[in-house]
Amino acid sequence: MAEEVLRLEKVCKAYNIGQPSQVQVLHDIDLVLNKGEFLALMGPSGSGKSTLLNIIGLLDRPTSGRLTINGQDTAALGDAAITHLRGHSIGFVFQDHHLISAFTAVENVMMPLLVDHGFPSARISARGHDLMARVGLEKVADNLATNMSGGQQQRVAIARALAMNPDLVLADEPTGNLDTKSADSVFRLMREVNRDSGTSFLMVTHNLDLAKRCDRIIDVIDGRIEPGS
Amino acid sequence: MKRWLPFEWIAAVRFLREGRMQTIFIVTGIAIGVGVIVFMSALLTGLQANFIKRVLTSQAQIQLIPPDQVARPLRSAPGVFESAIVQRPSQRVISIDQWPKIRDRMAAMPEVVAVSPTMAGAALAVRGAASRAISISGIEPATYFAIVRVPDYLVAGTAALSSQDIIIGTELAKDLGAAVGDKLNIQAASGSTVVLKITGVVDLGSKGANERTTYVALRTAQSLMGIIGGVTTIDMTVRDIYAAETIAKQIQASNIVEADSWIKTNAQFFSAVQAQSSSNTMIRVFVALSVAFGIAAVLVVSVIQRSKDIGILRAMGTSRGQVLRVFLLQGGLLGFVGAIAGSVIGVAGLLFWHSSVKQADGSEMFPLIFERSLFVYTVLLATITGLLAAMAPAMRAAKLDPVAAIRG
Repeated sequence: MAEEVLRLEKVCKAYNIGQPSQVQVLHDIDLVLNKGEFLALMGPSGSGKSTLLNIIGLLDRPTSGRLTINGQDTAALGDAAITHLRGHSIGFVFQDHHLISAFTAVENVMMPLLVDHGFPSARISARGHDLMARVGLEKVADNLATNMSGGQQQRVAIARALAMNPDLVLADEPTGNLDTKSADSVFRLMREVNRDSGTSFLMVTHNLDLAKRCDRIIDVIDGRIEPGS
Repeated sequence: MKRWLPFEWIAAVRFLREGRMQTIFIVTGIAIGVGVIVFMSALLTGLQANFIKRVLTSQAQIQLIPPDQVARPLRSAPGVFESAIVQRPSQRVISIDQWPKIRDRMAAMPEVVAVSPTMAGAALAVRGAASRAISISGIEPATYFAIVRVPDYLVAGTAALSSQDIIIGTELAKDLGAAVGDKLNIQAASGSTVVLKITGVVDLGSKGANERTTYVALRTAQSLMGIIGGVTTIDMTVRDIYAAETIAKQIQASNIVEADSWIKTNAQFFSAVQAQSSSNTMIRVFVALSVAFGIAAVLVVSVIQRSKDIGILRAMGTSRGQVLRVFLLQGGLLGFVGAIAGSVIGVAGLLFWHSSVKQADGSEMFPLIFERSLFVYTVLLATITGLLAAMAPAMRAAKLDPVAAIRG
């Protein structure tokens, strides 16, 4: 039996609960992601994809339902435990890469390790440079994040997401702002990482060609997972 | 990245460095504020220390004098007065009753540094056709000079005082046309006359004092005033000059003397010193407030500007406490660096002022005093102010919802 990284059971999310403006964004989401799986999440704008990703990424809490990461139920966890679990188990890649401009590329990659350990070390530095080499950017490792092309920045963001060796990487339209060539290159990189290290990926995308190259496609429409997807 | 710096320090320094213009402007603002505090405080410290030194080295800090002589109304029977009007009697020059005993008791007090008996009175100094009214202080040089530094004020001669010697003020010497080695005829109100040789001329810093003040040996003054073995005052110095009034009150309560402290006899000067200190404190408070609001304003803007970075950091596993510390440190660092720069500005400003403002004769106004504690406290206060000012923005940053922060 495949090892589960993520399990959602009847997850719902509503905003402005009890008010006239209450909005139900997600309805009874059931989803399982196994170790090493690469899953594409598709759906029109406003369908609830980003909300679902935020809940899976422990940045937001579901209104009801159960979210399990690596077999650990997250419902009873406090803020500190949620932060720890997020930092150690989940990596994020955003559409706008969101590198911190005050740091160099390799320092951005080292950041999750630095946050976790508290102090820089030779080991953290070596890991940062290894990851920069892994994404093919060792030559520009010491460039400021802002002095790089969009494709390079997104590669750095992928390297940063992998810094803590997470079991799951959540990518929110990682190729949305890239040209076709760069988008393909970034996707291939994620696929390589997925194959080589067994890291599970959940990628929100509007690009059907890329989605077809994933292991599975999940369609979210009006806050519900389309049956059969 | 420096290996010994924790994550919070690294992030705080990088954020400040990246917002270079913002950081330079606020540090300059803090530096100017701190510079004003350092300038004002060091200036007032020097000024006050100089004033106090002048006042306290030219007079006793506590002076014991005989109690006021009062007239007692005659009574024909208990409760029945002979006369309803009682005139205040004229105050004769009298000795302090049992002064050696009081002097010894004073010398034994732990708060007291030096005690010296003095015989003071009025006389006339005559030289040829010129005569001037003078006040005579009969002193024991060995103890008196520990209280009033007469040798420090010498402009001619020596501070030696035998029973045939007199030290006079510069103005009196000028008025009588006398110099060191000349003789003066001193005539007391009691009718006694003595011829004394001028051994020293002193400048006490005041024209009035230089016209009247003379010092003779205690025994000479006693025989001139006709009070053999008596003293009219006991002069004292104490360890804590600001406790002089309290000590004076204690002495008066337990001895048959009146005790006047320098604080009481220089009430106007003392209240001027206190007014200066209070206004300096007010300036410090308002400068600290403006520094605090400046830091808070900059950090509030910084939190808004960096909300995406904060969101990303939170997504990477940064705790709320770590985010809080990153912004608190920025406030503390701004205060610290601003205070260091401000201290340099304050000292440079004061040195420039001191070198450009001189007395009429070209000498310095007063010696500058730079106490290490001023700089330590200023830097500490500015850093704490920075930390406190950063509290609200830092808490706001720590409470940011990562989803909303990333979305911007």
